Amino acid sequence: MIDVIVLGGGIVGASAALMLAQKGQRVALVERDFCGSHSSGVNYGGVRRQGRPLHQLPLSQRAHQLWADLPGLIGIDGEYVRCGHLKLARSPADFAALQAYATQTVGFGLDLQLLDQRQLHAHFPWVGDVAVGASLCPEDGHANPRLVSPAFARAAQRLGASVHEQAEVTRIEHDSRQFQVHCANGLHLQAPWLLNCAGAWAGSVAAQFGEPVPITSAHPAMLVTEPLPVVMTVSTGVEGGGIYARQVARGNCILGGGRGFAVGPRMARPGQVAVLEILRNAGELYPFLKGAQAIRTWSGTEGYLPDHEPVIGPSSTQPGLLHGFGFAGAGFQLGPAVGEALAEIVCTGASCHPIEAFSIRRFQA
Amino acid sequence: MALFKRLTETQRPALAFTLDGQPATGLLGDTLLTAVLTCAEHVRGSDFSAERRAGFCLMGACQDCWVRLGDGRRVRACSTLLEAGQAISRDPGRQP
Amino acid sequence: MKPVVIVGAGPAGIRAARTLLDHGIRPCLIDENLRAGGQIYRRQPENFQRSAKQLYGFEAGKALAVHHTMDELARLIDYRPHTLVWNAEDGRLDLLDNGRAESIEYSRLIVATGATDRILPVTGWTLPGVYSLGAAQIALKYQGCAIGERVAFCGSGPLLYLVAYQYAQAGAKVVAVLDSAPFSAQCRALPALLRQPLTLAKGMYYRAWLSAHGIPVHQGATLRQIDGDQRVHGIRWGEQTLECDAVAFAHALRSETQLADLLGCEFAWSSLNRAWLPQRDSAGRSSVEAVYLAGDGAGIMGAEAAQMAGECAALALLEDAGSTVDQRRREALQKQLARIRGFRQGLETAFPFPEHWAAQAPDELMLCRCEEVSVGAVRAVVDEGHWEVNRVKAHCRVGMGRCQGRMCGLAVAEIVAERSGRRIDQVGRLRGQAPIKPLPFGVEVQP
Repeated sequence: MIDVIVLGGGIVGASAALMLAQKGQRVALVERDFCGSHSSGVNYGGVRRQGRPLHQLPLSQRAHQLWADLPGLIGIDGEYVRCGHLKLARSPADFAALQAYATQTVGFGLDLQLLDQRQLHAHFPWVGDVAVGASLCPEDGHANPRLVSPAFARAAQRLGASVHEQAEVTRIEHDSRQFQVHCANGLHLQAPWLLNCAGAWAGSVAAQFGEPVPITSAHPAMLVTEPLPVVMTVSTGVEGGGIYARQVARGNCILGGGRGFAVGPRMARPGQVAVLEILRNAGELYPFLKGAQAIRTWSGTEGYLPDHEPVIGPSSTQPGLLHGFGFAGAGFQLGPAVGEALAEIVCTGASCHPIEAFSIRRFQA
Repeated sequence: MALFKRLTETQRPALAFTLDGQPATGLLGDTLLTAVLTCAEHVRGSDFSAERRAGFCLMGACQDCWVRLGDGRRVRACSTLLEAGQAISRDPGRQP
Repeated sequence: MKPVVIVGAGPAGIRAARTLLDHGIRPCLIDENLRAGGQIYRRQPENFQRSAKQLYGFEAGKALAVHHTMDELARLIDYRPHTLVWNAEDGRLDLLDNGRAESIEYSRLIVATGATDRILPVTGWTLPGVYSLGAAQIALKYQGCAIGERVAFCGSGPLLYLVAYQYAQAGAKVVAVLDSAPFSAQCRALPALLRQPLTLAKGMYYRAWLSAHGIPVHQGATLRQIDGDQRVHGIRWGEQTLECDAVAFAHALRSETQLADLLGCEFAWSSLNRAWLPQRDSAGRSSVEAVYLAGDGAGIMGAEAAQMAGECAALALLEDAGSTVDQRRREALQKQLARIRGFRQGLETAFPFPEHWAAQAPDELMLCRCEEVSVGAVRAVVDEGHWEVNRVKAHCRVGMGRCQGRMCGLAVAEIVAERSGRRIDQVGRLRGQAPIKPLPFGVEVQP
């Protein structure tokens, strides 16, 4: 007997499975490939609140609390560090935008610190001269998604969730009592609750239950350098978009920027245009990269809705069906809190944190 | 001390270079790897334990012979020919 | 007009270029090395004096022929030495030449990327003075150097005796040859090896020569450990030890398949090569339209077969492009290639893969020399329930470093298979990821 079937072993689905198992629910987590092997496991690894739209911040703050005790939650530290997130401005207008954001988010607990050009280069001498100012969120940070996301699934498993990898769902039905889920490998599961956390592939489940969403896929371009002397003390991004970069304790710098392309429905590559753009342009923001080598590139498949906001919460058509997908490349930090919110809906009927803004109803005319 | 031993082709013109700032001599037609290992015992320190390395495959595959040149370029020692006056420096690697 | 592009100027690529030119097509031949010839027929720098006989021994005639062909071709085709193909995308190859990046569109493409040594790591293998067999040969052939004063040759495969012989001939002190294959395996292999009696005879000659010159040859002797602190001091096998200051070792060769992977070629398990290889039909067509595979990059067959495969792939390409080609020639080549495949089967019997390697590898053994990941660390990830090599890589960084698993990838698969109780063909293969080799920041991009 199972209470909840979770579709998708990414950080959202695996967190939901973990939180449900913590609350004593009998959970089955179904993953087509390997848990945490798609965008949850191959993203940049930013664990960041700064820069999110205001209505995401309560959920993001809750996630921040959950990340605080990551080892307690999933049994490993996942290389998570709260080193700070520095958002760089390349022009006075961009700096003004950072100032405006800092004003708007007062009271949300981000503790943003604005740095003018002199302060920026005094505190972060490794930042290139093109940056004229920055906003620092001291308690943001980064983690290793390759380790963190699969660890959520393993933690759920340790608490009794059954985890089914290499299980591609071929058919889903609701027989007026329960969901029936059939997989290509012969697995058949049934439960009164179904959580649709299938990332970029979640749209077909929603559509099947009569609530199609205009979800599209996008593919970030990511690369990593050989190990370099450690100079970066914070994770960085740029106001208005561009290259983002962090450095791990072993010395490798991870950079992202631009978009890749899909090679088939499950695989994506960063693309030579984006890779060369990063290699050409990173130097002005991060001059210490001169002479360094990029040793590997990769991409993933991320689900985007037109407003770049996720879908979180109950189905509008099918009781027992909950959604949690479409994080527009920014779901890694939110994942644990979204999993918790979905688990709360199953157990108590409502999420403790506001999620109305993310309702699937917003796509219904 | 040297790691490599020249067996033949020793009558080539000498080329002066520096290794970590110290004067050294190689021969015209040497790769950087040959030039370094005929007068020293390693070409780099490993990234995570500063263990001595001296290349491995000599055909550009193993990536274990990267060295730094005076102009800031980083090159594979096994597949780069020595030029007179080059300043070769060896990355010491990082202690754990 | 988009050109026909060939990647790799070894025996396969050069013969393919020659064949295309003979049929009126001027190809672009891209090669990573400074001089064409590949590894087996690698040319020494221009100011070196040794004769082809000194460099290539029995193979001097073939090497000279390949070099001669290439010297002619260099003036007639678009030859681009010292150029790395770092990515393939959308009918284009991305190139890096002296810090400049550019891309080239192709109408059709022949991939002849060759091979490197197949390495099964052994304790001490990262010490200065330890090289692959191919590396030891390059030091001598290309630079006139020995890798040390007293050299031990270990592992298995045809290169083992050849390189030891070449070292001794050149005046190096060869302290021992350790062949991990037992003599009985070589007897079993004899019938298949007799398909190429000349090649067999050469192999026997090298070994007999070594013995006749007092060089100890130990059969069924598996290198267990290389001792040393800052450099090699000696080796151990069984209960025996031997002092030496350099070691060359490998277990035959492995194909360089990253480019075929990025091109989207389908791969299949080859039990003969004990590796995943891009699939090709008997003429050399890959699973991807307009992409052809030739030479050791799509399965180890040796230099002679590589030339035939290069010609075959070029003929198939010409035919697909609407040219008339000599069918009888192509059939004859394909027949010869089939015969060589039979001989290859014999070599695998004579130099069998040491299947016990994975079970016997100690936990402390460093498996991945880039990321410095031990066998024990890989086993720990497998013990957590992971059994697919890309997942194992994601969890412990094995194969994630500068060489992207070229040196350790096959050994990682062996460890994962042994530990997870799966067959070696059931643990997946490391996915190829651009760049094929490291790419510098600040690269200039040609419009």
